[in-house]
Amino acid sequence: MNLEELQQIASGVHNENLLFDFEVNVCQGTGCLSQHSDDIKAALEAALAASGKKALIRRTGCMGLCAAGPLVLIEPDAQLLQHVTVKHADAVINSLGATPVAELQCDLRQHFDDQDHVVLENSGRIDPEKIDEYIARDGYQGLVMALTDMRPADVIKQITESGLRGRGGGGYPTGLKWGMVAKAQSETKYVICNGDEGDPGAFMDRSGLESDPQRVIEGMAIAAYAVGASKGYIYVRAEYPLAVSRLTVSLREARRRGLLGNNICGTPFNFDIEIRLGAGAFVCGEETALIASIEGLRGTPRVRPPYPAASGLWGKPTLINNVETFANVPTILRKGGAWFAAIGTAKSKGTKVFALTGKIRNTGLVEVPMGMPLRQIVEGIGGGVPEGRTFKAVQTGGPSGGCIPAELLDIEVSYESLIQAGSMMGSGGMIVMDDTSCMVNVAKFFMEFCMTESCGKCIPCRAGTVQMHTLLTRICDGSGTMDDLDLLVDLCSTVKEASLCGLGQTAPNPVLSTLRYFKQEYMDHIVNKRCTAGVCNINHAAEVIA
Amino acid sequence: MLSISPPPLPSDDKRWKIVNGTMRRHGFARSALIETLHTVQSSFGYLDTDAIQFVAHSLHVPLSQAYGVVTFYHHFSLKPPGRHTLMICTGTACYIKGTEKLLAEAESRLGISQGQTTPDGNISLMTARCVGACGRAPVALTDGELLGQSDAEHMMAELERWAVE
Repeated sequence: MNLEELQQIASGVHNENLLFDFEVNVCQGTGCLSQHSDDIKAALEAALAASGKKALIRRTGCMGLCAAGPLVLIEPDAQLLQHVTVKHADAVINSLGATPVAELQCDLRQHFDDQDHVVLENSGRIDPEKIDEYIARDGYQGLVMALTDMRPADVIKQITESGLRGRGGGGYPTGLKWGMVAKAQSETKYVICNGDEGDPGAFMDRSGLESDPQRVIEGMAIAAYAVGASKGYIYVRAEYPLAVSRLTVSLREARRRGLLGNNICGTPFNFDIEIRLGAGAFVCGEETALIASIEGLRGTPRVRPPYPAASGLWGKPTLINNVETFANVPTILRKGGAWFAAIGTAKSKGTKVFALTGKIRNTGLVEVPMGMPLRQIVEGIGGGVPEGRTFKAVQTGGPSGGCIPAELLDIEVSYESLIQAGSMMGSGGMIVMDDTSCMVNVAKFFMEFCMTESCGKCIPCRAGTVQMHTLLTRICDGSGTMDDLDLLVDLCSTVKEASLCGLGQTAPNPVLSTLRYFKQEYMDHIVNKRCTAGVCNINHAAEVIA
Repeated sequence: MLSISPPPLPSDDKRWKIVNGTMRRHGFARSALIETLHTVQSSFGYLDTDAIQFVAHSLHVPLSQAYGVVTFYHHFSLKPPGRHTLMICTGTACYIKGTEKLLAEAESRLGISQGQTTPDGNISLMTARCVGACGRAPVALTDGELLGQSDAEHMMAELERWAVE
């Protein structure tokens, strides 16, 4: 395979598409599929056959606006139809080249105009199981360029120049990590893609793997070339069956096209990828726990150093990056590190995909340049909280993050500013809460999560989360005291300082951030025995335990 | 050199051949433990003692380690599931949108708590830690079919249908 052959495949696809007057893209992401968008596609095909029009009906990945699903996108006019059902099939086909169906029009300009799609550029545009469609949209150019024109050190230089940082939440500079693995001396090295998206309320990685799996595979192959690895693993949650099946097909397609396997592009570079299924353990998102899980062991983290870059899978140097990090790589190589570095802020470069959910009008997946004010995401792109309710907080970073109140909505989205606000970037979950959410209860919810997901290896996390959960439960049911609150704050710092891995170190964050911005709600529960949001079931008869 | 032959299949159930196939594909490597347990669970629906013993012996993994892995990961179940499974997502987005009510409703309708199966073995009530369909929260899965948003009624209707089957 070389650039010319890629061009040939691409023009083959373009020529084929020229035979059609219209392209009807039907979203088949998990959200729309759950509303039977596969039946809609079949109905559209039947209606098309009857009409005699020339249109290509294509299965695509996620189009982003899950709230308006099932979605259908008609090209060449970029006409987006929402809430399509099987009944609309005839009307949609009849509208091709005529007046659009008025009742299905989705007119959310601002939602799409304010976004900047890099990772999601192909999502909802290509059939995720057809590698040639990915190639037709410049796919695999990055890998072929790297293999034929660049030395591994040049690849790492581009990545370093781009300023890309780990999208799993930590924000470690990707170029630096790659450099460390590349320098490690070993015959065998591994590349692992972390698709164990455990943060409840986040689905960026699922959507990426379902909508554009080849992009992740290409990113991994480029990384393997840069660091000198010949074997890769994609660790995906077992809860994501559609992502697993699309990945399986995509790996087979990539091998068929000679983009995985031995002597890729006629060079001495060999690389292949295996899928490993997670089995439902949040802690496996931590890199050393994930490695233990791939080795077939219980997913418990271990002390670092040595970091996986020096000693990872089976004791060999291992590069671990998140799905979204790898998904950025092909575009960086194609357009250059400087292009990527021009997007975003001084220290946070590029774009970030967020899963915008909760009490917000336009739920779904959005991708915005770093540095965009939080307000623009929530109120502009997200459309704000539904009528009649007021915004209270937005939660980022999952169980490791925190709640950002209304008065801080003007901060920009970047690794630094979110940490400053007491939260963190995390993997990209963004959950909007209105005045019907009780912040103490939210803290309890996350603590319950951390308590059950704690692997039990180190005591501060294992015992501390249980104690904090007990205290929060007491406060929520109205039997908490001011002493309980002091003890809670005390425990927060112990667990934060003394835990072994990220799970424990960040478990107190939801408590700390709600205490920082919503202390009055804690006081209402403790002193006034009242839950203003009306969520907590306060037992007024409860004896105050001194 | 001492060579240990793999243990015989626990029974002539054809599904053991599928399990064996997974282990063979991984060269009977110890690291194939989780992958193999996945195959057992998807073939049999759960992991019983015989299955864990068979897999542990075949892969030369101490039984304690195999049992440790089975009980560590939430996905693996030691009990057979009901004929139908209702799974309710308790992820953050679903929590914000009131999944607790959905769960309470299902619990009172079925008379069991989460993680249990009705005494007649008909319905299992499970919770999931986020199925990644937050755009449609709150979410429930009836036998793997995803129901979103205001589908609480649909969920209850499905329960009624299962009950009379």
